[in-house]
Amino acid sequence: MSGEVSVRAAEVPFPPEVEDFYPPSLIDGAGPWLTKITLLVGLSIVLIVFFFLFAYRKPKLVPGRMQWLAEAIYEFVRNRIAGDIIGPGGVRFAPYLATLFCFVLLNNLFGIIPGIQFSPMAHLAFPAALAVVSWVMFIYVGARKFGLAGYLKKSLVLPAPLFIQPLLIPIEFISTFLVRPFTLSVRLFANMFAGHMVLLVCALGGFVLLNAELVFLRPTSLVSWAVGIALTGLELLVAVLQAYIFTLLTASYVQGALAEGH
Amino acid sequence: MRQLMQGDLRILAQAEEHNPIVPIWQEVVVGAVAFALLCWVLMKYVFPRMEQTFQSRVAEIEGGIERAQVAQAEAQQLFERYQAQLAEARTEAATIRDDARADAAGIREDVLAQAREESDRIIAAGRDALAAERASLVRELRAEIGTLSVELASRIVGESLADEARRAGTVERFLTELESSPDEDVASAGVR
Repeated sequence: MSGEVSVRAAEVPFPPEVEDFYPPSLIDGAGPWLTKITLLVGLSIVLIVFFFLFAYRKPKLVPGRMQWLAEAIYEFVRNRIAGDIIGPGGVRFAPYLATLFCFVLLNNLFGIIPGIQFSPMAHLAFPAALAVVSWVMFIYVGARKFGLAGYLKKSLVLPAPLFIQPLLIPIEFISTFLVRPFTLSVRLFANMFAGHMVLLVCALGGFVLLNAELVFLRPTSLVSWAVGIALTGLELLVAVLQAYIFTLLTASYVQGALAEGH
Repeated sequence: MRQLMQGDLRILAQAEEHNPIVPIWQEVVVGAVAFALLCWVLMKYVFPRMEQTFQSRVAEIEGGIERAQVAQAEAQQLFERYQAQLAEARTEAATIRDDARADAAGIREDVLAQAREESDRIIAAGRDALAAERASLVRELRAEIGTLSVELASRIVGESLADEARRAGTVERFLTELESSPDEDVASAGVR
């Protein structure tokens, strides 16, 4: 049976591999600078910028449909994320958080939009770049409020007995300053990567089953595709949820840096 | 076509294995630049304007509420003024009615008093006139009776010496004279 599958793999590439995630360069010699992935990132910022500039070209007190949608997105991040997590002072972070949310969300959604069906966030490079921005931002915000030494002391030295501090301080340092950018970026990347992989398995697996030599196996390809469609719905949920979580955690880190006590 | 591409990829992949945990640095640069660009546009030209819109919206709503409150207070004031005016008018009307009633009663009394006085006066005048008439009548009658008595007596005395027949004729004549003078009806009646 496994021999058969590998024979079919010559016609339809199966099982999907990591290399399926790395499309070739669009122009010879451009290398990774110009691929489907970087093009999609560029498309995402063009779409977001045009949407917001168009929706907000003439803001009115009583908004039209487009203006309402743009405002609803911003207000969601402003009130539900910046306001609820950071507090009343968090509104000044709302523009950044809203930008972050829109960028991650649209790039995530590329993973299930027919014709595109690949999320740039499935490449660690993009979540990593965003995570580094979040990381630098919360350290900067904390250092500006308490001074660098004051901020480090506040976040590393917990109210605990002295003898346990040699153990506690390195743990706090690792969890707050070293691990955060990795967890933040890998969570998003892994969700998008796995989602794409699962959809590939379902879609390509359907073709493999359709070409199966055992005739009675062929109708099961429909099952494979149906599962793929259902999982696409799940991917929509994951795309929105991961964009929300990424923004929420960034806000939460900023809140932690600004909080008075530990 | 896809098979061909995939085939090429396989060949490429053998030359250069990709590790998904290692970010491609060119993509990091592309992502950072793209995101910075997005941040610049949205945070400079879009979201601050949204905040402005929110603020002016809040101001508009608050201003509207304030205006409504002012209008309501004004209406309340006007209503109270009208009510005060109405009450004033009512009191005034009541006063006027009372006055009128009092005036009417006064006038009626005056008229009655005047009428009573007038009637009293008329009655008194009638009585006076009657009394005066009676007195003058009595006076007249007295004088006439005297004259008549004297005349009758002189006739009786003058003709007592004549014959019986003439005596009868004298009395007859006197009576006829009395009856023939219409002016002296009353007097003659009184005499008789």
